[in-house]
Amino acid sequence: MGKILMKGNEAIGAAAIKAGCKYFFGYPITPQNELPEYMSRELPKVGGVFLQAESEVAAINMVYGAAGAGARVMTSSSSPGIALKQEGISYIAGAELPCVIVNIVRGGPGLGGIQPAQSDYYQATRGGGNGDYRHVVYAPATLQETVDLVMEAFDVADMYRIPVMVIGDGMIGQMMEPVEFKEPKKRELPPKDWATDGTKGEREPNIINSLFIDPQELEDHVWKLEKKHELIKQNETRYEEYNLEDAEVVVVAYGTTSRVVKNAIAKCEEEGIKVGLIRPITLWPFPEEAFDKINENAKGVLTVEMSTGQMIDDVKIAVKGKHPVYFHGRTGGMVPDPRDIVAEIKKIAGGEK
Amino acid sequence: MLNDNRIRIITGHYGSGKTEFSVNYAVKLAEQGKKVAIADLDVVNPYFRTREKIDFLTEKGIKVLGSSIKGLAADVPAVSPEILAPIQDKSYQLILDVGGDPIGAKALGRYHNYFIEDEYDMFFVLNANRPETQTPEKAIQYLKEIETASRARVTGLINNTHLLKSTTVDEVLKGQKLVKEVSERLNIPIKYVAAIESVARELPKDIEGEILPIKMYMREEWMM
Repeated sequence: MGKILMKGNEAIGAAAIKAGCKYFFGYPITPQNELPEYMSRELPKVGGVFLQAESEVAAINMVYGAAGAGARVMTSSSSPGIALKQEGISYIAGAELPCVIVNIVRGGPGLGGIQPAQSDYYQATRGGGNGDYRHVVYAPATLQETVDLVMEAFDVADMYRIPVMVIGDGMIGQMMEPVEFKEPKKRELPPKDWATDGTKGEREPNIINSLFIDPQELEDHVWKLEKKHELIKQNETRYEEYNLEDAEVVVVAYGTTSRVVKNAIAKCEEEGIKVGLIRPITLWPFPEEAFDKINENAKGVLTVEMSTGQMIDDVKIAVKGKHPVYFHGRTGGMVPDPRDIVAEIKKIAGGEK
Repeated sequence: MLNDNRIRIITGHYGSGKTEFSVNYAVKLAEQGKKVAIADLDVVNPYFRTREKIDFLTEKGIKVLGSSIKGLAADVPAVSPEILAPIQDKSYQLILDVGGDPIGAKALGRYHNYFIEDEYDMFFVLNANRPETQTPEKAIQYLKEIETASRARVTGLINNTHLLKSTTVDEVLKGQKLVKEVSERLNIPIKYVAAIESVARELPKDIEGEILPIKMYMREEWMM
């Protein structure tokens, strides 16, 4: 099949179904509504179930149940809705269940607005839920990458028994772009012998649980999770890098913002300014290793976000004080303008403070 | 050129390129010195709507009508009562950009008593690269649903088959085949073939329908 034109939210739904997702539980919120709408129309055709829950809290707990029974399951929402799901996400992480959660981010805090934002970076990478847990966060920049990563997200979730979040700003959800559906790379997935899918009288019942009353037992469990997190860091960290060897300025951006940045980089190159790029594709694990490749003579690292500055914390950790770190951001639903980014790059390249 | 009935209703699936077509059509009409109004009846899409281009269009002398609620970013299905003015005032050439599905077309039903034969045109914009309108059967079903919801008849088809900035002549011709099939089955003429300027120049001159070169006003330069 050739390329077809899809809206981001629909493309996410189509990719999930192609990846074998059979269950979707959610609650409507702009700007991701086309996704549940697509699932409500398409899931019954493949013998799956779409259910509009009474709330986001109910939806994430339905995901918990379906994941516990071993099904491929997804939920989606936008920022304030994802905030409501945090308790469930923590439980799912604690119970080591695979699922995919999509956040099509809008401006906040509170109800905020419906236009694109990246102000849920902390929420996605630090977690709003309680306890020592992490989950994978993919941040695609094009609809093709969105489709590819949604399909891969289900495999990664199953492989490590961990929730995987796919985060896109409202632009990713609402934009139209050509996409095609390709099989993700084959992974050897472990059998779901832990699922509560019926003993058939042949084994002891499996138990899905995140409660550990005995502190030693809980500590052992948490360290086991942490070992898994380390493994994911080693194997699943993804990023795009460009021209880090001789860039005067390196820009760090993800998602839609990285596309505006690429446009700005092209403009700078026309004027003879060498600019590099680090585009995290996984926000967790954050691609710290990429920053070790920045050449010594670089004058600075510029973080561009649709927020007042959240990823910049991870950038500073990764830069390890070797270069000054600068920030440019728009927020509340405003998208950065390539011309403003060019101006920031020039300021840093010129050595001005 | 653009010599259609005074009220032009633009419908089609979201992603067919309705809004881009509507904006381009309005600009070209204004450039002919006509008194033009464009009304955004989209109560479905929260992004990429005509009303985002209000400054640009106003500068071109085009009256832009949208939601009665001020602020671009509201996802409230409100339509301005002002839209009645250019519907009733016959000195206006009016373009109605309608939401991208049968639910969106419902907003149009409220005005159906103004849609008298020979006083309006309703164009159905088709993009053969949209999965929901890829076959003649699917496209016809969609067209019928929009007619029912809007209580108006489609009077012309528009081939707007595209893959955004990567559109080729072959893509447009692929779409032309689909639109031709729909046209023959429903006996509705192909009115326009819309394509980005670089592609429009290369299209065969004898293609059925008037070629309308499109500028992508709704896409930022960093978009595909």
